[in-house]
Formats: sequence, C-alpha cells, structure tokens
Amino acid sequence: MDMKKFKETALGGVLNNPVFVLVLGMCPTIGMSTNVTNALGLGLATAFVLVFSNVFISLLRRVIPDKVRLPSYIIIIATFVTLVKMFLEKFLPSLNVAIGRFIPLIVVNCIILGRAEAFASKNSVGYAALDGLSMGLGFTCSLVILGGVRMLLIMAGFEVFKTAAGGFITLGLLMALFNYLLGIYRNSRKAKLLLNGGDAL
Amino acid sequence: MSIASIITIVISAILTDNIVLSKTLGICPLLGTSKKTDSAVGMGLAVTFVITVSSVVCYGLFKLLDFWNITYLQTIVFILVIASLVQLLDIVLKRFSPTLYNSLGIYLALITTNCTVLGSANMVIDYGYNLLETFVFGFFTGIGFTMVLILMSGIREKLNRTHIPKPFAGFPIALIIAGILAMAFGGFTGFAF
Repeated sequence: MDMKKFKETALGGVLNNPVFVLVLGMCPTIGMSTNVTNALGLGLATAFVLVFSNVFISLLRRVIPDKVRLPSYIIIIATFVTLVKMFLEKFLPSLNVAIGRFIPLIVVNCIILGRAEAFASKNSVGYAALDGLSMGLGFTCSLVILGGVRMLLIMAGFEVFKTAAGGFITLGLLMALFNYLLGIYRNSRKAKLLLNGGDAL
Repeated sequence: MSIASIITIVISAILTDNIVLSKTLGICPLLGTSKKTDSAVGMGLAVTFVITVSSVVCYGLFKLLDFWNITYLQTIVFILVIASLVQLLDIVLKRFSPTLYNSLGIYLALITTNCTVLGSANMVIDYGYNLLETFVFGFFTGIGFTMVLILMSGIREKLNRTHIPKPFAGFPIALIIAGILAMAFGGFTGFAF
C-alpha cells in the first residue's frame, strides 16, 4: 500500500473537511445541529451511507457506463438511505422523530455524490472505504462541534441560536475560525520547509 | 379546502416558513449561485419550475405507492422522478430556448441535488396536502427560494466592494449574512428572543 496516499486519504476528513473546507452538505449541518444528540445521529447516518455507497461505487466502477453514472450512483445511494431510514424507524423511533425529516435528504447531500464522483469512481475498494470513513467522521465531528457550541449558547440563554438564524451565524463564525487556524498551520509548514532547504515547496 | 387555507400556504411558503431561511434547505445553491443577480434569477426560476412539477408528480406517484403498499420505495422513486425531470428540462430548453439554456449552464444539472426539490416533495406528503394545495405549495416554495437568492445576490454584489478580513472572505461572511436575513425573516413569525 502506498503510504503517502494512505495518509492523505485518512487525513482527508480534516484537511479537506466536508463542512469547513469543501462547504458541502450545509443543509443538514445547519438544520440538525441544535443539540449534540441530533448532530451525532445524523452525522453517523451520513457516514454509514457514505462508506457503503463509496464501497459499492468503487466495486462497480468498471461496470457502470460513463453516460449513466450519475443516475446509477444516485440509486445506489438512495438504497442505503432507505436502509438507514428503516433501521431508525424500527430501532430508534425517538431519534427518528427528531432527525427523520433530514434522513431522506441524505440522498441529495452533496458530500456523498461528490465523493462518489471525485474519489470512489477512480480508486480501489480499500481506499474508497477509507475515504468514506474519513470524510464521514470528519462530517460527524464538524456537526457535533457545531451542535455543542449551539447547545452551550442556548443554555446560556441566547434563544436565537435555536433558530435557523443562529445556525447560519454559528457556522459562519466557526468556518472563519477554521480558516484562520488552517492559515496558521499552512504558514508554519511553509516556514519549516523553508528552514529545511525549501526544495520541497 | 378553502381560499383561506390556500392563502395560508402561500404566505407561509414565502415568508414565515421560508424554505431556505427557516427550514434550512437549499443552502448549497444559496451559497454557490448568489454571487450575481442574473444567475440568481435564472437559477431561482428553474428551481421553481422543477419544484412545482416534481411535487405534483411525486404526489401522484405516492398515491400509487400507497395503494400498492410499497411506500418504503418513496425516496428512490422521488429522486428518480426529479432526476428525469431535470434531464427533460435540459433537453427541452436546449431545443427551444438556447439562450436561457446557456445562461443557466451547469446550474441546470445541479438542480437534481438541490435538497429543496426532494425536501418539498417529502413535505407535501408529510403535511397531507391535496392536489391543488400541493401545486400552490410547490410553486410558492420556489418563489420563496428565488426571493432569498435575489436578496442574497444583491447584498453580495455590494459586499464585493468592501474590505473583509481574510478568514471571513467567501463562505463565512455569506453564512453570516444569511443568518442576519433569517433573523429578519424571523420577524414575520414574531418569535421571542
């Protein structure tokens, strides 16, 4: 296994974080992050669909004709979403009441189709599964962080953070913070590389 | 079924329960296509058309699924309807109105993964609307979406000429603007802070 590619794929969830960097899948992020439980539930449901759709699309990548690839991907994704929906209805009815509205919408979550098109359709099964896991967990973590911040603010008495407006503003501020930290990280790496001779740049 | 219920649907779809600012659907196109007013208008109108037709078609198909007792296929059937509708729109526009087709460009294909479309098709089923209510709801949800897109694009065009701190440039500032807009729209519902 190529070590560099492995590391890059595994770190994809952080360095190419779906929410904060790629800005994909915003709707469930804002809609379902009023508390940590909902955020975790929806994040894990999305991660499950992402891993399995990535694996199946990667397995079928030589079978699916190029012209009908998008409809085929959507059907694969919709199948797994339906499975998640059935699972929640049967085993976690209370969570289903809270996040059920957003479960069918996982089908049109741009992260999943985006990873299918950009990664799973071009890579082997192992990497596709790893990418799905990394991206899925990256998405879940962002949702939980956002949910945690909003929950604290709501508990502190800022009722506005319960509404969509609060979601938009919290996410905007967190994204700016993430950009700021990522900027510092990139600058420090650049400085380190320059100290070591600078050829690697 | 009365005039009053239709008016309630119209007002809530556009103002009090706006699909973008209150139900938080369709945020990707809101961030992606609201940089210029022209593309915002084109995108909004195309989405309005697709939402209206797909809500009505999905409503009909759901009745069939319900009749055969296979409602678990709802998600798969709905997304297929939407994808084929967008494909149809693509073919029709290319043939009959190349100017509009060119101005919409890539946004046309992206309507399939716009969650407002699947979202409102599902909502129609959840709310138990009848055929006329479904049509009105779909159309005015689209109008509400278009209106928010135009409002955002107007603000963002002005924002281009101002100095924005670097970490806020691009998406973060757009999200904060959307938040402020959502608060303004919250005024229509009259929620308490």
